[in-house]
Parts: sequence; C-alpha cells; structure tokens
Amino acid sequence: MTADETLSSHSIGAFPEVVAGRINRGARFCGLFASTRGDDTQLIAVLAENGSLDTEKVVVSAGAGSYPSLTSRVPAAAWYEREIRDLFGLHPDGHPRLDPLILPMPSGSARPRPGSGVATGALELDLTPLHVHLAGEGVFTIPYGPVRSGVFEAVEYVVETPGETIPLLRTRVFYKHRGVESRFAGMSVDDGVLLAERCEGVASVAHAIAFCGAVERLAGVDASTEAGLVRVLHAELERVANHLDSTIRHTEAAGQAVAFSRFSLHKERVQRLRARLCGSRFSRGVVVPGGVAGPPALDATEVRAAIGQLEAGISADARLLLATPSFVDRLRETGVITPEIAHRYWALGPIGRGSGQSEDVRFARPYGAYGRLGHPLLEPRDEGDALARQRVRLDEIDGSFHLIRQAVDDLGGFGDPDRALWRRPLPDATGETLGWAEAPQGEVLYLVELDEGRIVRAKPRSASFHNLALFSMAFPNDILTDFAFIEASFGVSIAGVAN
Amino acid sequence: MPWIPRGLREGIVTSIYPGRPDGYGVGFRGAVVVDPEQHDTDPGLQSAIDACPTEAISVANAGPRLDRGRCILCGRCTQLAPETFRFDPTFETSSIDRHHLVVPEAAEDDLGLETLRSELARRVRALRRSVHVRHVDAGSDGADEWEVAALTNPIYDVQRLGIFFTASPKHADVLLVTGVGSAGMLGPLRHTFEVMPDPKVVVAAGVDAISGGLLGVGYASRGGIGDAVPVDVFVPGAPPTPFGLLHGILMAVGLLPTAVRGGSQRE
Repeated sequence: MTADETLSSHSIGAFPEVVAGRINRGARFCGLFASTRGDDTQLIAVLAENGSLDTEKVVVSAGAGSYPSLTSRVPAAAWYEREIRDLFGLHPDGHPRLDPLILPMPSGSARPRPGSGVATGALELDLTPLHVHLAGEGVFTIPYGPVRSGVFEAVEYVVETPGETIPLLRTRVFYKHRGVESRFAGMSVDDGVLLAERCEGVASVAHAIAFCGAVERLAGVDASTEAGLVRVLHAELERVANHLDSTIRHTEAAGQAVAFSRFSLHKERVQRLRARLCGSRFSRGVVVPGGVAGPPALDATEVRAAIGQLEAGISADARLLLATPSFVDRLRETGVITPEIAHRYWALGPIGRGSGQSEDVRFARPYGAYGRLGHPLLEPRDEGDALARQRVRLDEIDGSFHLIRQAVDDLGGFGDPDRALWRRPLPDATGETLGWAEAPQGEVLYLVELDEGRIVRAKPRSASFHNLALFSMAFPNDILTDFAFIEASFGVSIAGVAN
Repeated sequence: MPWIPRGLREGIVTSIYPGRPDGYGVGFRGAVVVDPEQHDTDPGLQSAIDACPTEAISVANAGPRLDRGRCILCGRCTQLAPETFRFDPTFETSSIDRHHLVVPEAAEDDLGLETLRSELARRVRALRRSVHVRHVDAGSDGADEWEVAALTNPIYDVQRLGIFFTASPKHADVLLVTGVGSAGMLGPLRHTFEVMPDPKVVVAAGVDAISGGLLGVGYASRGGIGDAVPVDVFVPGAPPTPFGLLHGILMAVGLLPTAVRGGSQRE
C-alpha cells in the first residue's frame, strides 16, 4: 500500500505512449504534475493500479519549452496540461484548447514555477485571451460570475445558449488563484500542514491527512493507531458537513424552505460538535505531521450521544426529503454524467459513485486507521444524475456515522494525555513521494518533495480540480433553470481548484 | 405537508444574541488573549514568537502584543508560552480600527478611534432598520463562505435583526468581503464597491481579508483587500465564526447594544 518510488524515465516523444499504454492495461489516470529540476521541468504522471499509486516521469529541458500533449490520448489530462502551462510555461503541443485556466498572463512572461526557489513579485493578469467566441448563429453568452448572486465562492461560468439549452459552457476559476503552491516552498512541514488545511478550507482534514501521509512516508514513521482513529473521527465529521452542505444547496434551489432550515440546523450542529472536540469548527490543527495534536476534548460517551442525536435527526429528514416529489423531480435526470464519461475521465468521489465508479480511496488504498475499520456497504448507482449524487451523499453520511462509532469504540478512553501516543517525532527527511486521502469531494493527492525536512515542493491535487473539468459535460439535456442543481450536486470548492 | 410539523418539532432554536449573550463557545478557540505581565518570567515567549506562522507576535516595551488581524488561531503560542497567551471563547473581536486588533491595546492607539466611530455612525445613520449585505469572495479558502452562509440558518437567523443578503450590489449597504485579495478578484471587487449606492460600509471578514493570513503577500495574493476597497470594520478569525461575523456587521451599521459593543480586549 505504498507509493512506488521507482523512477522510470522516458524520452519526451514516448511519454504519451507510455502513459496511454499503462491506462489501456487498466491503470487509472490520477493526474499530471510538474516540478522544477534546475532550469528543466519534470513531468510526473500519477497512475493508480492494483491498490497502489506509481508514477511515470519525463524531464523536459528548458531549451525545449514544449512536449507532446497527452490530452488527445488521455482526455482527463486536459486541465492538468493547462495548469502546467499557466504555472510553468511549458507548452503541450497538440492540446485541443489551451485557454488559460488558473493564471492568465501575457504570453512570454515569466511564470511562477513553484518549487524553483525563485521568488516572483506581484504578477499582472492578462484577460485578453479569454474573449468569448460564439459557437453558432442565434447563440448568445451569459457570463455568470465571478461575483455571484448569493453567498458563493468566486467563479465565472460562461454559458453559451440559444435561449434555453446549454450547448457550451466554459468554467473560469482563475479569479481565486492565490499562489498556494509557491507559498509552500521553503516552509517547515509543521507550517506546511497549516497551509494544506487552507488549500480547500471545507476539506481541511482530508488535505492535512494527505499532506501528512506523504511527509510521514518520507520520514519512515507511521502515526499511531490512536492518532489514526482521531483522524478518522474528524475526517468523517468533515464528510458529513460537506454532504449536508450539498443537500442544503439542493433544498435552497428547490425552494424547500423547511428542509433548507432543517439541514442547515444539522450542519451547524456538526460544526459545533467539531469545535467542541478540538476548538475549531473546521477541525483545523487536529492533524499534524506524526499524528494528531492530542486527544479529543470530549469523552467517548459524549461523542456517542452527540453522534446518536445527529444521526437520528438527519436520517429522518433524509427519508422525508427523498419522499418529497417536488424535491426529487428537480434532481431526477438533471445533470447526467453518463457512466461512459465518468469512466473515461475517472470521475472522483460522489460524482463517480453516482455514475457507476466504485473507487473510494479509504478502502481501495487504506490509510491511517481505515484499514482496521469495517467497510460500510454502499449501494452502487449508475443513473449519473443529480439525484444519484444526492443519494450517494446521504448514504455516505450513514456510512460516516458507522465509521465514527467504530473509531470511538476502538479508541476506548480518550483521556490519555501521553504526547508520544498522539504525535510521534519525525526525523528531517529528504525525498519525494505521494500522500492521499478521500475528501468529501473525492480523492485528494499531495506530491511532496522535502530537503532535510524543508518543503521544496508541495503540489495539492483536490478532487474538486479533477471533477470540475467534467462540469461542462453535465448539461446534455438540461436548461438554464437546472444550473443551480447541477452546481450544487457537484459539491466542489473553487478554492481547491484554483489554489 | 409533512414538512410543517418537522419544522416545528424542535421549537425555537434561534440564538438570543445580541440581545443577551449566547452560551455557545465553551472550549472554543475564539481569540488569543495576551497577559503582558508575564513576559519577563515566561520562558517560552521567544519560542512562541519564532513559532508563529504569520509573525503576529511582536514585543514592545510594555511586553508582547499579538495582532489578531494576522493570527490564524493555530494555538502554538498558547502551548509554548501558556503564561502569556491563552485561548478565550470570545467572538466579539471586531474593530473599526486596524490598530485595535493588536492586543493588548496601547494608549496611543485610542487617538483616532472616536473620530472614526463618529464618522462611521454619521454615515450609517440611515441604515439601522434594514441592512442589505452583498458578499464577495476575493480569494478565500472556501471555509469563510460556509460561515457567512450559516448566518441564515435557524440558529443565527439574521433576518430577525433586519439583515438580509442581496444579490444586487445596487441594493446593498454592506460589502462583506472574504479572501486574501487575489489578483483576479481585485477588479470585480472594486467594481462591485463602486456601483453600490452611498452610504456604504465595507467589512473585511477574516484574517485572510485583513492581512492575507497564511498566504500573506505573494505573486497572486495582495495580502488582504485593503488596497482594493476602503475597509470600515475588521473581523478577525480564520475563518471568522458566524457570531464573529454578526458582531462585525452590527458594528458596521451601529446596531450593537452598548453591552456588547466590544472592539477591545477585556480581561
């Protein structure tokens, strides 16, 4: 269950062939990342196969400046290649649509190249490449965002429509780009985990676990079982809160005022329980390199009682919600991601699991304490619509409570303040590896490179990034009024996309 | 139909704040308070200063001070120098003066405060009965939006106080901004501010919006929103809690009862 460290190097020309060949033989494409090697750039394709992750690497020399695009053979690589172009200036030859994704800059300008050790001053953006090109006669565009109508994260959707259907949609996430990857460079791992928590703030725990997993692997130290169980407790509460949030957005879009209030109340109670356990409503500061900061602040009886109350309230309201025709009708056959698309793009998390994909990293590549906990059985779904994703999320809430109860039972008494039990000291490590976790949105990956305990490069890849690339494919039969439902059913955080 | 009894099942869950204090917050990391008296004897003080990831702690003649506009509440100082720093559940930490976020306050910080307060009070006199808030994300980590959205849940229920979220900036009185001031959002943020009618108030929600938080100043983060729009109220927190946001919004429009006016550290 560890990442394979063997470095397989290829010539640039053969690289797309090698990656596509691995995928044809059954590997899953998890992402394409870049890191600097002096003035050169290394491309790293991450693949999942037989319960482990490994990589294929190639070095693109500074003189070349370009490489043959993978996208024509591996469509899921499209956004990754756009991101690498924006951050490293490497040009993928043959990319079908190389619009800027997270950092639109004047052509020829110096790129941030995170991990290169070269500080970059404030950059000016160049929005001219983003002019709209209409796809046909009678079509007009509706730019929606980045200042949205309501409390949303900033993002712009450019909808091209002849009036009702949505034949073309473009997603612009660069407004929120914060330069997180460059900020990681030079940090200690203890500071790094604080930044990991802020890559995608609604999935702080999952990002912290994935980051710390990589750091601990490099240091050759596993967190204790007890620390792993505390991580499960917080990661599952985070999942419940996120799935409730998606449900709240659905009920709001459907005008279900009472259901909206009820699920908002449940979510607030989850956030308050998290604060009572650790002082933070987003479980910040719990996961640290080597384990967790300490035992939960509540005892096992209090946690069981709180979980029991939450579960009773949520499951009763969930049953009623799924029996409310005016709600269900808005979600059924809305925003269909077909199993074929989900498979071709390896849709992650609840989006994948609503469209026939089954992989859940908690059980496919168990990390921390998940290996010792019973796997909650979830009904497989392949309808691919917003309703399927809603059902997956409500089922996963049940599964999370199941896991929390097991974790609390296994922990026994929480009170032991012995610091060594909760947090093991880590030696300063050098090397590069991957860490992972199943966030509420799906698989989170971290590529971490350390030099004597200092971060050279940390590259987060959220499930939100991977999944949002599918958003424009979710409107085959849908009209403008379905938009809010489809967006809510994706449940992505733009912070995790634009970093 | 079955939803109606479901909505009545639990009776009233809504907070009584700001009419009376809300009991929520026991054990909660609301803010770090500083006891400067201990600075000569606290052996951990220097390591706490060194360990602060946002350089929020400084030492003056009168002892250590902590800038809540930079503090991300990681708690390292409370562990390394527990005699000087401790967590307090207070959420009433907003201020109309950026300097007042540095605690404990120094006497010279008070000079401009009354001027600021009366200027703001004059400006918002017309807003007290009904306040419309326009939220803009200027590069948040996503958690801030959850806390802003929570203000409409049944526990905080800000509509009861005459506070409403509005889609149109032209209806808005308060601009509530989250995020570090990302390069891409500066233009849209400024434009939103410009089309809001006078009188208007800007609230910087969270340390990201105040100082850039852990991101600080980088090639894409401008270290807060202060360069793009004139900030009237600063709400610490990472992210600010719903009660903290509510305190900041009420402060912005002069609706805080005197009992909870806050804005300064009380020991």
